[in-house]
Amino acid sequence: MATISSFTRAPETDHFGAPVPGGKHPLVDAEGNPDFAAIRSSQDFQRIRGRLIRFTVPLTVLFLFWYLTYVLLAAYAHGFMSHRITGKITVGLLLGLSQFLTTVVIMLVYLRFARRKVDPEVEALRARVEAGS
Amino acid sequence: MTSYLADGAAGEPVLNVTIFVAIVAVTLFVVYRVSSRNTTTADYYAAGSAFSGLQNGVALSGDYLSAASFLGIAGAIAVQGYDGFLFSIGFLVAWLIPLLLIAERVRNTGRFTMGDVVAFRMRQRPVRAAAANATLVISAFYMLAQMAGAGTLVALLLDVHTSGGQALVIAVVGLIMIFYVLVGGMKGTTWVQIIKATLLLTCVIMMSVFILGKFGFSLSSLLERAVQGNTLGEQILDPGARYGKTGTTKLDFVSLALALVLGTGALPHVLMRFYTVPDAYQARRSVVSATWAMVLFYLSTLIIGYGASAIVGSREIVTAPGGENSAAPLLAYAIGGTVLLAVIAAIAFTTILAVVAGLTLTASASFAHDVYANVMKHGRPAPGTEVRVARLTALVVGGLSIIGGILALGQNVASLVALAFAVAASANLPTILYTLFWRRFNTTGTLYSMYGGLTICLVLIIFSPVFSGAPTSIIKGVDFHLFPLSNPGIVSIPLSFLLGVIGTLRGKDEPDPARSDELEVRSITGIRAS
Repeated sequence: MATISSFTRAPETDHFGAPVPGGKHPLVDAEGNPDFAAIRSSQDFQRIRGRLIRFTVPLTVLFLFWYLTYVLLAAYAHGFMSHRITGKITVGLLLGLSQFLTTVVIMLVYLRFARRKVDPEVEALRARVEAGS
Repeated sequence: MTSYLADGAAGEPVLNVTIFVAIVAVTLFVVYRVSSRNTTTADYYAAGSAFSGLQNGVALSGDYLSAASFLGIAGAIAVQGYDGFLFSIGFLVAWLIPLLLIAERVRNTGRFTMGDVVAFRMRQRPVRAAAANATLVISAFYMLAQMAGAGTLVALLLDVHTSGGQALVIAVVGLIMIFYVLVGGMKGTTWVQIIKATLLLTCVIMMSVFILGKFGFSLSSLLERAVQGNTLGEQILDPGARYGKTGTTKLDFVSLALALVLGTGALPHVLMRFYTVPDAYQARRSVVSATWAMVLFYLSTLIIGYGASAIVGSREIVTAPGGENSAAPLLAYAIGGTVLLAVIAAIAFTTILAVVAGLTLTASASFAHDVYANVMKHGRPAPGTEVRVARLTALVVGGLSIIGGILALGQNVASLVALAFAVAASANLPTILYTLFWRRFNTTGTLYSMYGGLTICLVLIIFSPVFSGAPTSIIKGVDFHLFPLSNPGIVSIPLSFLLGVIGTLRGKDEPDPARSDELEVRSITGIRAS
């Protein structure tokens, strides 16, 4: 998703025109308000954004696929779903309960990811903007 | 065992009413106490964004666990078995979409309504008007189903059978609800949801633990007894009792499943809840708390549903006033006598009250904030007028919901809830996702997707068996149905996603690049979020 602005924007430099170590660029405008275009094209933001998309989008596709598989089995594979595993416990019941389980697991995995990989980085970026650097 | 059915009502109507009045009195007191200063838009719409994630999560589950899902799902499992369980799975899994894609970004971007987000980088007036239209239609579907459910409950639990008497009860319920919204605003309404959800969850968990205990904590032996108690026998353990009859009903089920899983994250009253917490982290926690509550709730309804079949018996349930919906109340009576029945009845009633209050608040906020303040007054309403307009709208919406509820008495409109999900998934979800994740998406795309999704959905519903041509249709005696499915989701949702793309490619307008940058940065980081 390279966009025009990331090509047209001048390379990240300090006030004297020398490149800033690590490619830092002022993230606020002259009045000290957040410069959203600058933040957006900053490496820090692009890294957080990419990380979030790469994690949440595949996970969404995965759970939708798994849910729709279950729905299609329930609608069209009655024989399979009605198979008794033990006593009155059927494949369908266990698959249904497994949807509960996967929902909770996906939720916990996302929480862990967000807490470890996203929250600290967002916090650091916000601190940079608030410090006006 | 059948004596309580002889006179047509379950338990002691006087006791039912007493406990209901007690719960209402508590909620009214709480609403009155928390609402001393409720004058700014931030207070009225978003409770000053001061709730914690846990509180809001419980309130979210309160908004979501309507009487339809409590009585309806328990009843469907009791009578039709496995196919009822399929509902609960869709309702639960659906929460991953707000968790992964929507809740935090919506909290970071908007302030009060869904319109705040979808109009963020588009032309304000047309997009806000579209968002308000979608919100009002979805809320109307949802509300009508709740109010009609109230009528059924009245017949079952209060022993009121004349249509005049039922209308009176609906009017009283509506007036209490209007009081919640006018006096309490979002803060009061949220507390009502918290109280109701806590009562509901405690009750269903205790009931299901009790039932499991009765069967030696063996799911298999509970199921065995459920099979014995059901006229369908072994069939209740297998899918198909409700949706397996023909190719059309199977497809209808897939369509419904799609609407449930994609609609939840796009319901306006769910989205609006994310503004009652201070930041995105608390919005995330809201979804997590709500999901835990749902897990417990839907597992409990599975036990309660099969338990009702085992202990009360499906024949008894189907012939009781209220039919399927009476499964949970009858089970409560069988295991806990008149007191437990009265508690369940009162909670079911409070549920209707609270859900309708949430919907009324959402509809009034959407009209006052999106239509009045931003479309009519170009974003600059005179100070104080916006809340006044919101309160006035709440009064009108509340009045309309009373009238709608009375007209819907005796109609089979419970299926309208599923349709509300289909409309939300078609009119709102594509726009919300494109706005947040597709930079090129523009005003034309938004209008195509929202109005297109809304129109396709409504047209398909009007020409579906929900309206005519089936024994359960709303309009009887004529048959103008052209579309075979009761739920339009499988057609309308993909089309609406497609329309968003077509509109964007055809539209000449470019979204404001500065606003697009701001939306992208804010939605992820929360910088400048309010």
